[in-house]
Amino acid sequence: MTRLTINGKEFEVNAPAGMPLLWVIREQCKLTGTKFGCGISQCGACTVHLDGQPIRSCITPALSTEGKNITTIEGIAPNPDTLHVVQQAWIAEQTPQCGYCQSGQIMSAVALLDANPNPSDEEIDLAMSGNICRCGMYGRIKSAIKRASEALQSSTPNPIIP
Amino acid sequence: MKKWTRRAFIGAGVLAGGTLVLGIAIRPGNRASKVAGYMANEGEAMMNIWLKIAPDDTVTAIIPHAEMGQGVHTALAMMLAEEMDADWSKVKFEEAPAVKEYANYAVAKGFIAGNAEFPKFLDQTIDGVFLTAVKSMNFQITGGSASVRFTGQQAMRVAGAAAKAMLVQATAEKWGVPTGELSVKNSLITHSASKKSITFGEIAPEAAKFKVPSKPKLKSAEEFTLIGTSKPRFDIPAKVTGAAIFGIDVDIPGMKYATVAASPVFGSKVLSVDTSIESKEGVIKIVNLGNAVAVIADGYWQAKTALNSLEVSFEINEKNGSSQADIVAGYKAEMDQALKEDNLETHLKSGDVHPVFGKASQVVEAEYQVPFLAHATMEPMNCTVWVKGGEAEVWCGSQNPLGVAAAVAEELQIDQEKVIVHNQLLGGGFGRRSETDVILQATRIAKEVDFPVKLIWSREEDIQHDVYRELGISRMKAVLDDSGYPLAYQSQFIFRHHPPEAADIPYEVPNQLIRYSSPSSLVPWGNWRSVDHSTHGFYSESFIDELAHTAKMDPLAYRKKLTASNPRFQRVLDAVAEKSNWTSPLPPNWGRGVAIHHSFGSIVAEVAEVEVDQSGKLKVHRVVCVADPGIVVNPDGFIAQMESGIIYGLSAAMSGEITIENGAVVQGNFHDYPVTRMADAPKIETHILASDNPPGGAGEPSTPVIAPAVTNAIFAATGIRIRALPISKTDLNISIQPST
Repeated sequence: MTRLTINGKEFEVNAPAGMPLLWVIREQCKLTGTKFGCGISQCGACTVHLDGQPIRSCITPALSTEGKNITTIEGIAPNPDTLHVVQQAWIAEQTPQCGYCQSGQIMSAVALLDANPNPSDEEIDLAMSGNICRCGMYGRIKSAIKRASEALQSSTPNPIIP
Repeated sequence: MKKWTRRAFIGAGVLAGGTLVLGIAIRPGNRASKVAGYMANEGEAMMNIWLKIAPDDTVTAIIPHAEMGQGVHTALAMMLAEEMDADWSKVKFEEAPAVKEYANYAVAKGFIAGNAEFPKFLDQTIDGVFLTAVKSMNFQITGGSASVRFTGQQAMRVAGAAAKAMLVQATAEKWGVPTGELSVKNSLITHSASKKSITFGEIAPEAAKFKVPSKPKLKSAEEFTLIGTSKPRFDIPAKVTGAAIFGIDVDIPGMKYATVAASPVFGSKVLSVDTSIESKEGVIKIVNLGNAVAVIADGYWQAKTALNSLEVSFEINEKNGSSQADIVAGYKAEMDQALKEDNLETHLKSGDVHPVFGKASQVVEAEYQVPFLAHATMEPMNCTVWVKGGEAEVWCGSQNPLGVAAAVAEELQIDQEKVIVHNQLLGGGFGRRSETDVILQATRIAKEVDFPVKLIWSREEDIQHDVYRELGISRMKAVLDDSGYPLAYQSQFIFRHHPPEAADIPYEVPNQLIRYSSPSSLVPWGNWRSVDHSTHGFYSESFIDELAHTAKMDPLAYRKKLTASNPRFQRVLDAVAEKSNWTSPLPPNWGRGVAIHHSFGSIVAEVAEVEVDQSGKLKVHRVVCVADPGIVVNPDGFIAQMESGIIYGLSAAMSGEITIENGAVVQGNFHDYPVTRMADAPKIETHILASDNPPGGAGEPSTPVIAPAVTNAIFAATGIRIRALPISKTDLNISIQPST
């Protein structure tokens, strides 16, 4: 048995050598917000944070994450009644279409803004180009990142709560 | 409503039992129990099959379409609420269950018949024919950009208007006043003279006693208060928290996982498979499906790892083993042969092109080619099936849930009533999820065991065993008159699927001959976003651009002149010229290209601005999109669909290509089937020219236009004419390539 810390909670999982973190999160921890898209680190749908850094869980062995803090889309909201400022911006811009890639997009965006609260267009392109959206909502994703960035600077969170 | 009949609506199963009693019978004796399951809440009265009104005024729209991100649930609910004058904040939706009461008659009629308008006297006959066709085909399809156009116009609005009429009637009787003295707003019915008012929820049980009016009066466009305003989509909040459940996310107690490897060569069989690893840790069963091998295991990764190590031999079939160059050469040879033998199907013949070609001095000819394309939905193909005795349950995200039920029933040789389909959110459809191949495969695997099995395809399986947009070719020929406009237009193309009008051109050319043939093909075909429009948009909008340049005329003005008698086209072309600053100067190495196409009831024009640098590197900077879709229900949702269709079409135009070697697909994942990413995405500006024409489609009409807009812009920038997609196959370095 392996112990993983996901969204601040301890999980006992069965992770044979080589099993990617993605499948442990989805099938054993039942956190299905993190998505399978390509299996080879090409699309970004499986993005989670490992000690705050964005990683592709589809190629990261679960065993290598033992003792570290894993954060998934289910774990970024500050509390159950309030969404993360990035999630709020995503709703305000009506960003998702089919929505399948959006957990990964949001995780990449949160990591970007944590590291760089006021990114330029080029910095956004660079940080987000590992995340594919087949519905092509790139313009809205970029607008939402800028909206979240403004909200972070003004320190008065956008009040939109679903 | 000219296309609405009693059979289409009331015959679909209306009528509450007339009281506030639970479990109201709908068409008693006809599977009432399944629908009754959706009436489980205390105090709900079912006004008709499309909506429920609860005592707390909550109006629930029951919507027979799958949500794949196109915002259909929101748009259809808006159409219903508009006619009801319901308080939008109290409107909810439920997706209709996959039972025949919700069979999508309206969609089938629109989809199969294209945009044809029927003469009035034929209405009854056509309705009868289509109703029968739909029942036998079990349609409940989301596709053809049809949800708003057909279900919305023909069912949701009528249902809303009928419900409102019944609520008003019931109120009038209760208070003893004429219906004309009552007004309705925000789910409240008011009699201003007596200052009395009553809510929808209060009067609903009494309203259920009234007969559903067969032809309720619908609002005119000027009376709309909700349609035409942007409303947040119902499906979005759950998609930012990870709570949204797609087909791949369902979790059934006792469920195991499977993955599959089909024979790489289309149509070839499994010769042998080594099943000795069944005893290995985590592996439960190896299933030989005849043309594929599946592994059932404790998890996807265990199944995939076992599959990778499995020794399987597939039949090598000489007949199916052709490669890309052979396929293209074969198609062209068959086109030549068809022409030689005059063995072509005629799509359109007007006037006579032959005498004009015979005498012509200025003839323009060009051959265009488009590649095989995969869909590559973000969510890989998957389906969960539980076969238990003579029954089955299915969990999947489908554009065609009734087709799923029918396919599973047939495979298991059980009655369709014994198949329950739980439709989930779709992680992209684009036509791929209207197929049932994956569902059938999952059923064949699941029937080997007694527990639920979730089949998940790898991305490689998804790319290599898709149903593909065809490799298409069109040979075009035109004759220009002395003033530079076409006197004759001819095209010979392969293949024709649907809708047939995709091959039409909007341009006024007196002599036209459009013909096609269908060479034999081993590559399976499937609906791909905008279907035949995706090929013809490129052919005809490239060719008209070539004609304009041959005539040394401005390509936009040329299109305007040739659509002079079509006011909708004139308006769209004027708007796209203005919004794109069509005539303003551009930096060196930049170019603008325009294209316009009418599909699924919407006219869309796009102007692309591109830059091709000295090394040949292409950047699409900006796309201006102008759409005339008639009535627009949810403008922001419509704009999002235009943006989506443009990026989807751009991905294909820039680099999308599936190739075949020795009978198998070469590409396997996003590294060799690349798609547009954020850094390559142009700035898109969409402008809607709404009118009170019937609503046009949203999900598809922007896709066919983007490829020719970009290639026409490349020509403007470089003089290089791209006649074969994807663009990435052409070296745009002008220093090494002379202009064509």
